Amino acid sequence: MSENPKTAVIEMSGAEVCSMRETSLAMIEEVNWTVVAGEFWVVAGQQQSGKSDLMMMTAGLMPPAKGSCKIFGIETQSFSESELADRLRVGFVFENGQLFNHLTIMENVALPLQYHKDLTIGEAAEKTMALLELMELKPLADVTPANVGLSWLKRAALARALMLQPDLLLLDNPLNGLGARHVKWWLHFLDQLWHGYEWSGGKPMTIVATAEDLRPWKNDARRFALLRDKKFSLLGSWGEVASQDDTIIMELMETSLDTTTYRKE
Amino acid sequence: MRQGLAKTLEFADAQLLRRAPLPRSYSDFLGRKLFLFLLTVQGLGAFSLITSGVILRKFRVARNVMRPLIRHEIARAGFGLLPMFMFVAVALGFLVIGETVSTLARFGAINYIGTVMVVVVVRELGPLLAAFLVLARVGTANVIELGTARATGEVEALETLGIDPVHYLIVPRVIGMAAGVFSLTVYLIIGALVSGYLCAFLQDVPITPGDYFKQLVESLGWLDFALLALKTIAFGFFIAIVTCYHGLAQPLRLSDVSRVAVRAVTQGIVVCVVIDALFIFLYLVA
Repeated sequence: MSENPKTAVIEMSGAEVCSMRETSLAMIEEVNWTVVAGEFWVVAGQQQSGKSDLMMMTAGLMPPAKGSCKIFGIETQSFSESELADRLRVGFVFENGQLFNHLTIMENVALPLQYHKDLTIGEAAEKTMALLELMELKPLADVTPANVGLSWLKRAALARALMLQPDLLLLDNPLNGLGARHVKWWLHFLDQLWHGYEWSGGKPMTIVATAEDLRPWKNDARRFALLRDKKFSLLGSWGEVASQDDTIIMELMETSLDTTTYRKE
Repeated sequence: MRQGLAKTLEFADAQLLRRAPLPRSYSDFLGRKLFLFLLTVQGLGAFSLITSGVILRKFRVARNVMRPLIRHEIARAGFGLLPMFMFVAVALGFLVIGETVSTLARFGAINYIGTVMVVVVVRELGPLLAAFLVLARVGTANVIELGTARATGEVEALETLGIDPVHYLIVPRVIGMAAGVFSLTVYLIIGALVSGYLCAFLQDVPITPGDYFKQLVESLGWLDFALLALKTIAFGFFIAIVTCYHGLAQPLRLSDVSRVAVRAVTQGIVVCVVIDALFIFLYLVA
């Protein structure tokens, strides 16, 4: 299942991304983007710039309004039952976790394993608890999502996405609303996944995350892109991002918040 | 998977039409209502076919996950409603017998009491009342749960996990409701028939339990049993389809959920009455 390092995992050509809630509304007009296996991309943009819609389209939750979007060489538009194996190679973490409220954290995390391997909760418990332990979620195993804070919900959503050991991990604004300790944990854990973590059999994972704040993502090995005014622009490495003379990028990279000036959007 | 569901849920687009300002001419208004009605029928038809297809195709998929879900739904639409149904059964028996016994006794037709009970309770009131009660108690809960799940993105979350939402969310509800309405109708009928005799006994009607049950047995044919089973399963199936369809198809905002719940219950009642009319026709033909 592991990808050749040069294989394109995501390929978008002239893709127009529409809003998930209002399908007639175009959020991003033309995306030409290729993500190669083993890369770590951060797509930055302000609120309402279409980050979530781009992620959902990439995950195959909606087709592009125009152009094409392929994952592992398959058009997401034609993702059907027969491509289920490829579908399961993609892990997705929603911005608010989107856990199932009627299940406990443990049941949420175990669900993909139970469903696709046809296991009872007892049979899936060992592997699930090991993952929960790894992610410091064990004390919350029997708690329902309504009683868990956002930071832990997001972590549980990550655990659920990792349960089937995907090759590609899509994260929608994972650091939004997290405290400093959780941000540190996330960046450290994602780096481990990217380089090949014991949990995923040591194989490097391709990661794409969206962000409203670029500062935590500073790393020369990561690649960056920007969403602005319905346009998708490739920025390159952190060095190239830092050299950009663009107000939005500078705002996204500001090290300290300047409250003396405010630019109206 | 996603495209299949999206196609089924195209009716959601029709809601834009529903929210459009009322046309001025009466013929336009009627035309729009007719168009919406046809869209609803088309949507419900497509949804019921897709659900039936998933039930048959994925019968053996993830049984360890689906079995507890189905058991839970059967308990919710069946056992959970049993105390209320026992009360309704007793009330129904007393009411029907209370009204009919005095009338039949006045005309010297007390020997028809069993026949009346079979026609009124077994064929008509029992199944219809059971369906309405399940619709009110479980159907509304279905719309609210599924509507909330859709509004909060749980349906999308299922799809990202490669889990068919129709299989995971709809199939257990359809099976649970079909089984629930069938079994509750049986309990309701038995309760009503027994309490009916008690009422007759309390009114000093000169009929022995043996005669009463003999009348019942003589009035019941194999067709009654077969059509009763078919009818109640159809009620349960379509109540689940209507409520799940509205829960999944419509709301993308939490504020829409209550409005859609009301519409689903109204359509559920209409569907039950239409099915009942079809079965009356079948009784007459058979």
